[in-house]
Amino acid sequence: MARDLLIALRHRSDVLTTFFFFVIVVSLYPLGVGPERETLREIAPGVIWVAALLAAMLSLARMFGTDYADGTLEQLALTPQPLVVLVIAKVAAHWLTTGLPLVLVAPVLGLQFDLPADSLATLSWSLLIGTPVLSLLGSVGASLTLGVRGGAALTSLLVLPLYVPVLIFGAGAVAATVTGSGAHGHLTVLGAMLMIALVFAPWASAAALRISLE
Amino acid sequence: MSINWFKYASPQSFYPLAGRMVPWFMVPAAVLGLIGLYIGFFVAPTDSQQGEAYRIIFIHVPAAWMSMFIYMVVAFWAGLGLAFNTRLSSMMAHALAPTGALMTFVALWTGSLWGRPTWGTWWVWDARLTSELILLFLYIGYMSLAAAIDDPRRADKASAVLALVGVVNVPIIYFSVQWWNTLHQGASVSISRAPSMAATMLIGMLVMVFAFWAYSIAVALIRVRLLIMERERNSAWLRETEGV
Repeated sequence: MARDLLIALRHRSDVLTTFFFFVIVVSLYPLGVGPERETLREIAPGVIWVAALLAAMLSLARMFGTDYADGTLEQLALTPQPLVVLVIAKVAAHWLTTGLPLVLVAPVLGLQFDLPADSLATLSWSLLIGTPVLSLLGSVGASLTLGVRGGAALTSLLVLPLYVPVLIFGAGAVAATVTGSGAHGHLTVLGAMLMIALVFAPWASAAALRISLE
Repeated sequence: MSINWFKYASPQSFYPLAGRMVPWFMVPAAVLGLIGLYIGFFVAPTDSQQGEAYRIIFIHVPAAWMSMFIYMVVAFWAGLGLAFNTRLSSMMAHALAPTGALMTFVALWTGSLWGRPTWGTWWVWDARLTSELILLFLYIGYMSLAAAIDDPRRADKASAVLALVGVVNVPIIYFSVQWWNTLHQGASVSISRAPSMAATMLIGMLVMVFAFWAYSIAVALIRVRLLIMERERNSAWLRETEGV
């Protein structure tokens, strides 16, 4: 994992591309929809969450792709550590380089959409709980499509349907705060998804990697 | 007497059996389908609230049931293929997936045709409709992943992992009407209590359900035969049976 983080630091442009992709996509909406505050406040949770989904997906190819291409992945699979541990490390590195920056910048973007302070807090919380789920589910899609032709488009086809529940409850939490009905329930469901994904996703990715490496 | 449970697990012995079974399911599918449609359109009474529009449930409900059930069967065969490395199980999963996708599409399509006159809208973002749509995407993802990998054994395994991950969605669809209070009404048919619909409607629907079952099995068997033929095209037994 330290190695992955180091590579990410050395290739700063990769990380920054994802980050600015997120910022720009979110900023496009006020320009396209128009600057009415009421409308913006209404669409903000959905827009920010959809942008986060796309940004997380954009960087999935890097999770295993380069290591697979130069054979490192095969060497790592031969080490005595179980493959699941490797997957968890990879996912953690992916989240730290893509998920965490999104969580940190989201409140600023929320200000562009005129979200009140308590909604901004909920937005950060929902992203903090939700983006690890995106990285975990994404690892399954990324490992299944390793070395497959048309991999990137296929990954989105596989992963986006699985992201839908996260989107619904993540954006739902923020929307619930905006309307004042309380976000606690939505955040709890998101937390449950994180727990389930944490248990099953690395295991499924490890199985998929083993198939890809055969 | 001991039974050899694995006799039909090999493509060689299953291929002729599947061929013999196809007419046994295809004919009932056609006959039951005709009877079911006749009951649905001419015998069943007009609904007091929904008028004639409700008659689409004779297609909608069986298709929706099959769409979920076939996904479970696909996942079952895919998991079996992954666990025991049996070729035929994975082929069964591949053979069923297109039928499942078709059923999902039919369920969504007829549902929207029904929604227009009764709800006044083609589509609402209701929990059951959304999760059924995700099911369609899962079928499409499963089939495209299987098609994108050239090595058939690797395609079997990779798509099996995906099918098993996607299984989470099926209970969500099934219980969505109870978990969220939505526009889509709850089930009118259940085993534990008396159905809340007229007997002829129920009979018509059950006949249609059996027709859809028979159709799905028949089509899956035809498709699995084609898959066997494609993958075993170089084997001696296939040349003998087909007389090439």
